Amino acid sequence: MKEHQTVIGLSGNPNCGKTTMFNALTGSHQHVGNWPGVTVETKMGHARVGGEGAGEEIDIVDLPGTYSLTAYSEEEKAARNFLIETRPAAIIDVLNADALERNLYLAVQILELGVPLVLALNMMDEVRRHGKDIDARLLTELTGCPAIETVARSGKGKQELLEAAYALATTRAGRWEPLVISYGPDLDPVLSEMEPIIEAAGLMAGTVPPRWVGIKYLEGDTSVIRRCREADPEASAKLEALAAKVAAHLTKTLRASSDAIIADYRYGFIAGITKRVVRYPKVDEERIRLSDRMDMVLTHQLAGPVVMALIIYLVYILTFKAGKVPMEAVQGAFTWLGKTAEAAMPPGLLRSLVVSGIIAGVGGVLGFVPLIMIMFFLIAALEDSGYVARMAYMLDRVFRIFGLHGTSVLPFIVAGGIAGGCAVPGVMAARALRSPKEKLATVLVTPFMTCGAKVPVFLMLAAAFFPGAEAGVMSLVTLTAWVAALLVAKLLRATVVKGPSTPFVMELPPYRTPTLSGLCIHTWERSWDYMRKAGTTILAISVLLWAAMTFPGLPADRASAFDARENAVQGQIDAAKTQGQESPELADALKQLAAERSEEALKASAAGRAGVALESMSRLAGFNWRVNIALVGGLAAKEVIVSTLGTAYSLGEVDTKDAEPLSRLLAADPTFPKAAALALIIFVILYAPCSVTIVTMARETSWKWAAFAMGFNTALAFVAAVAVFQAARLFT
Amino acid sequence: MNQCLTLRQAQVNQKLRICSVGAQGELGRRIRDMGLIPGAEVTVVGKAPLKDPVALRLRDFTLTLRNSEADHITVELLAAEPAGTAVKS
Repeated sequence: MKEHQTVIGLSGNPNCGKTTMFNALTGSHQHVGNWPGVTVETKMGHARVGGEGAGEEIDIVDLPGTYSLTAYSEEEKAARNFLIETRPAAIIDVLNADALERNLYLAVQILELGVPLVLALNMMDEVRRHGKDIDARLLTELTGCPAIETVARSGKGKQELLEAAYALATTRAGRWEPLVISYGPDLDPVLSEMEPIIEAAGLMAGTVPPRWVGIKYLEGDTSVIRRCREADPEASAKLEALAAKVAAHLTKTLRASSDAIIADYRYGFIAGITKRVVRYPKVDEERIRLSDRMDMVLTHQLAGPVVMALIIYLVYILTFKAGKVPMEAVQGAFTWLGKTAEAAMPPGLLRSLVVSGIIAGVGGVLGFVPLIMIMFFLIAALEDSGYVARMAYMLDRVFRIFGLHGTSVLPFIVAGGIAGGCAVPGVMAARALRSPKEKLATVLVTPFMTCGAKVPVFLMLAAAFFPGAEAGVMSLVTLTAWVAALLVAKLLRATVVKGPSTPFVMELPPYRTPTLSGLCIHTWERSWDYMRKAGTTILAISVLLWAAMTFPGLPADRASAFDARENAVQGQIDAAKTQGQESPELADALKQLAAERSEEALKASAAGRAGVALESMSRLAGFNWRVNIALVGGLAAKEVIVSTLGTAYSLGEVDTKDAEPLSRLLAADPTFPKAAALALIIFVILYAPCSVTIVTMARETSWKWAAFAMGFNTALAFVAAVAVFQAARLFT
Repeated sequence: MNQCLTLRQAQVNQKLRICSVGAQGELGRRIRDMGLIPGAEVTVVGKAPLKDPVALRLRDFTLTLRNSEADHITVELLAAEPAGTAVKS
């Protein structure tokens, strides 16, 4: 961030259209950044004010969506820290004008800090459709904040909004003008008593209004109190005593807590404004809104779950049917690229590196990009339409049984609850969970879900062993992942992550048609993340694995033994030729020899040795050493499993260098029966998350828990795979 | 005035006014953040397939909460739906 530039923050409730507004304001000029002291990723973008050329560039920061500025979730802490630490020149609070009263609750809290504030009366189209009327000019007058009518979806009012924010930032020039709300005859005197103490002690380094700090003491805001206690224990003790005294008094006289009184007065203040500003239609009251009518079916006690199952199934069908053609095209392109490179380069180590290491490795990942893009697009549509909240609503009762939260459905789905997500954003989506315990349990089991990188493994195994039933296998795999995640979550919540459940109180936003541009930005962001992973981490790992599978190679005596045998056969062929005879069985023998040689070479490589060493144990689950190598590779990134298996098999069989599908090879491998395929599916569902996910988990929780996930998941996966293999062998 | 009952006991489509919010700490704050404060008018508009959580309609928006959370909120009955005769302030 450049210091001289004007920074404007974008705040607002969840579902108020804030992200849409951010996209409308910044267009494509945005990137993800991390602000100091904030673990939640914050998006930044640029916009211009004052017309092309003549104007100024301003930075816009998209704050996480929150209902309030208390600090009991990561999002709220992030938003609040941004206001206090970064001190933006102005804040644009995006309000869902259709629910103005509740949306002003956050605005009032920002005003109590004193940050220059502009109100974006967003979704004015919905307001009008509902027959309501909002007097923006009066709102401006009553709050002292410029109020601009906007419709983020169509970009209406966005330039006026920017100009208003910039103008306010310029006139206020960093000055904070805190709003003072009366908190009634019990709390106001206490606040007056607190203010001089706070001011004298210079608590919060004098960066925020003293009255605001006082309110935080009354609200029992642990994060502010802890900070003040560290700065000045004596002053803090005085304030805490004052807060405790009035709290005891309120409990006795009004049977209410201080924070309840504060909320009542805040809402009272807001109601005083909205009563004058918002005009409701007289007849609308009884008219049932379209969204509520839709809910009568979509969250109906019987129809709801049926529709939900149908929608999830539809997502599958759409993804696989629509994704088939582009996926085959991309894979075809990489096959062609591999062949071209092979033809253009002389045989040797370099060609092997380019063809088997780089092109095959990256191609294996990119081949699934079309599939992943469609999947991401559909998930984004479900999220933006408001349906995911309904899923959480309908599923909460079930999730709670397993010690999770209805909102856990979101991380699960993003991570691949609807196959094809990614555990990395999935783990990050768990931030929406307010309880550390439920969040931890969710984070730990989220990687079980069928992420986009695991999909190829299952598809390949399904094509090999259950041809024609791929969709069925995928559905079963996804179901298994869910069952495993829920059961393991229950286990964790009963053992290592014990604790009571947290509030579910959650908004059911009205159904909205997602905007195409919003969906495309969403899809692109997630897909690009995946591709970037393919281009960097996975390329490096692919090359590393190629090296591990190539070096140190055959010992000299074995190599010369193979040379001798090949020469002998070649001699026989030549002898036959001179007699004018074709000898197919001799040519086959030569090929057979070459295959044996490459297989032995791979076995002698570093990876092969590791795979062979593990084989004595992995045989219990039916895994041969090739599978072992692939699974070890999968620790780095799941995308690597298929490409490694492909490399392992194609290096081992010379006559299949024409890129025969791996499925056919596996199906034909006598050392890899159907039972082993089932065991492999179970193992891949359960075993340790990929390296990127591990890093993300460590960032979201701690390295201790990330390490726990690696060890525990792998042990669990092995036990389950052995059980499945041994059981399946009895029946096949 | 009607007698206050807990929100869990409320039937779907009954019009209600909140008497009190007894929840403390985080739950209380979360409930209040969403505008569920004494005096607010709500309607139970639905229950999840397993009867829990419930969906509440406030004047401008819909939210959900669990029965165990609804236990902390007491409400009074305003008028029965769907007669269409309910009077709004």
